[in-house]
Amino acid sequence: MVNKKEKIIESILMLCATVSVLTTIGILWVLISESSSFFSKVSIKDFLTDTQWTPLFAEKHFGILPLISGTLLTTFIAILIALPTGLSIAIYLNEYAPKRFRKIVKPLLEVLAAIPTVVYGYFALMVVTPFLQKFIPDMAGFNALSPGIVMGIMIIPIISSLSEDALYSVPKALREASYGMGATRLQTSFKVLVPAATSGITVSIILAISRAIGETMIVAIAAGQQPRLTLNPLVPIETITTYIVQVSLGDVVQGSLEYQTIFAAGIALFVLTFILNNISYFIKKKFQEKYE
Amino acid sequence: MKQKFDINRFKDNAFKYFGIACTLFGLAVLSVFLINILIEGLGRLNWQFFTSLPSRKPEKAGILICLLGSIWIMFLTALIAVPLGVASGIFLEEYGKKNKFASFIEINISNLAGVPSIIYGLLALEIFVRILGLGKSLLAGSLTLSLLILPIIIVSTREAIKAVPKSIREASYALGATRWQTIWFQVLPAASGGLLTGVILAISRAVGESAPLIVIGALLYITTIPTSPMDDFAVMPIQIFNWLSRPQKGFIENATAAIIVLLLITFMMNGLAIYLRNRWQKKIKW
Amino acid sequence: MGKLHAEKVNVYYGDHHIIKDVNLSIQENTVTAFIGPSGCGKSTFLRLLNRMNDYIENFRKTGDILIDGNDIYDKKVRVEELRKRVGMVFQKPNPFPKTIYENVVYGLRIQGIKDKSKLDKVVEDSLKQVALWNEVKDKLHQSALALSGGQQQRLCIARTIAVEPTIILMDEPASALDPISSAKIEDLISELKEKFTIIIVTHNMQQASRVSDKTAFFYLGELVEYGATDQIFTKPVKELTQNYITGRFG
Repeated sequence: MVNKKEKIIESILMLCATVSVLTTIGILWVLISESSSFFSKVSIKDFLTDTQWTPLFAEKHFGILPLISGTLLTTFIAILIALPTGLSIAIYLNEYAPKRFRKIVKPLLEVLAAIPTVVYGYFALMVVTPFLQKFIPDMAGFNALSPGIVMGIMIIPIISSLSEDALYSVPKALREASYGMGATRLQTSFKVLVPAATSGITVSIILAISRAIGETMIVAIAAGQQPRLTLNPLVPIETITTYIVQVSLGDVVQGSLEYQTIFAAGIALFVLTFILNNISYFIKKKFQEKYE
Repeated sequence: MKQKFDINRFKDNAFKYFGIACTLFGLAVLSVFLINILIEGLGRLNWQFFTSLPSRKPEKAGILICLLGSIWIMFLTALIAVPLGVASGIFLEEYGKKNKFASFIEINISNLAGVPSIIYGLLALEIFVRILGLGKSLLAGSLTLSLLILPIIIVSTREAIKAVPKSIREASYALGATRWQTIWFQVLPAASGGLLTGVILAISRAVGESAPLIVIGALLYITTIPTSPMDDFAVMPIQIFNWLSRPQKGFIENATAAIIVLLLITFMMNGLAIYLRNRWQKKIKW
Repeated sequence: MGKLHAEKVNVYYGDHHIIKDVNLSIQENTVTAFIGPSGCGKSTFLRLLNRMNDYIENFRKTGDILIDGNDIYDKKVRVEELRKRVGMVFQKPNPFPKTIYENVVYGLRIQGIKDKSKLDKVVEDSLKQVALWNEVKDKLHQSALALSGGQQQRLCIARTIAVEPTIILMDEPASALDPISSAKIEDLISELKEKFTIIIVTHNMQQASRVSDKTAFFYLGELVEYGATDQIFTKPVKELTQNYITGRFG
């Protein structure tokens, strides 16, 4: 009798857990079905090679490259800020900082990650851009640099926190061997610990990149809505995510080709982040046993 | 030999200061941002601001509707996501060890955690808004956000449950309790602190989200207070976004004031979560 | 009630042969000590008796274990029922992070017993039996974790006997305690034997000789010798037993 009740409870719990599987299936189905409708009208070749993205204009081009370049440009700037900073923080907290400092600082850094992205968007548009314009007068009001920098600040905790965990789990023996030979903390960190923790650090970087690629509000507010295949961080661009927002805000007819473009853009975004996330998952699993 | 030693020592110390600088960099920039917000927006915060409806005139506009919308979203999302997430977490942690299906679910959750939030918006647009016909309602919005924060709740539930020592379970089984009795009477109560922390952090995240809700169309010019889950709605972050895209300076000021309110909510929730986590971690030192 | 009979029992964890061909009979209302060096299988064997090994991956058992004539590994046996008749006290005291009161009544609550007067009575009786009542009667609703190690262990014993088992298994119950608490536990065991059958695993030979009626010596998964405690400790039959008793190894 009681066994039956136990089995029922287990089934209910399992059903709940299945929701996540359904979500994945749902995402895949939605993206694939709408994009395949799109790709029946626009060739994949055009999608991947055309250098213009103008689905909402009279003369329509459907090349995703400008959006991808916008996304990657802002991401690159973000990583440029977050990687050295985050890694240095990780090393400092791990090898140098007194315990109390670490205890106070770690939760404070997490605050950076907790701030709603709209607020970061505001900062990028209203604080960082005007500030930079004082030094770079040619910089446009919408550009890739400001949101890139702000995104970089936002993702610092991702790199610092995960890298620090990775450094922390390097076996004590390696650390002691290095110090025992008279190495400084700096030398130990860069010559012994960081190489040993490479997989964990790499995972943190990949996750940070993925986060930046998927970011919407900061770039929607501060980067502009002009799809442009460029490496110039001082001019307006458009990211994949901003484009989706742009269309959602407008009056595009459901079921039209223009409507389907957001799913085509969406699937491009999904593929990018999916590949990155799985690479990091794979690295994590593969190197997890190394020091266990 | 003495010279070599000095250079390395110098570099070592130099890096120490560089490290401190990096650590403080993010926090310093954040402080600058926050001070700027307070300067720009504090003046706009008054009773009128809190109780007014949106308006085409910035001086007349207020956050009543979007604040209530955010509160609605918070509760509805919690109602949906917490039982689902906690149940999933219990399943994976307590029943899923020998299960192949459970590892498949694990991989799924790991993937979902990395999916950009706007993709959830696309999913919701097709399935909740169109196919299920829920329109741009609070229900659609909270379902969307629930799916978004589900992985967060599941992971923190698992962590909280994992932290409960095996000895407690053994003692419970040895007294003749079934697996579910052990979970319900011992494991969950013991894990409640960690659970609560995770839930609060997840809900805090949901309150600050805007991208998926924009996609499902929550950016209407709404003038009525939502009273049922099927009503249209507006939330704080989207209102802020909306005001930021208007040219009039008055709206920018409104946006900063609204940001202060949103940040207050966010910081309070995060602060509560951290406080609870510290208390819980002290308690479980058995 | 409380008679135990084990016949040709073997235990495997995957390919590892942990318990080898053990035959053992235990009479009711006796205290039996399992002794032997670390890793000899005495704890593993103990855990067979309330089926706590069921949770271990790759666990396999052959042979029979009968309690009062019933095969406890029979498919029809509900393991929860078994554990109400065969209780267990663990090496490290593991009270629940709840009040003292709730700790004692937990075993009853999960059976659905809610009558407050009954629960109150059980709490008083059990705590009195373990000589804890006077120390805690005014703080029944305070956290059990605030008690000392020795008190916590007696509390664990109290909650075990609250369920009215016939057999009590004790896995090194005093090894994590200070000598005074340890002595109190030993006194307690001698008293409890009137109502229960007790099996105690211990690596402390003096404790075994003080507390038990019969002793079983395990070595490398085999039951080497089993007999009256006096006889085992003064005139052991096997040389291996003799060597262990005199401290030549283990």
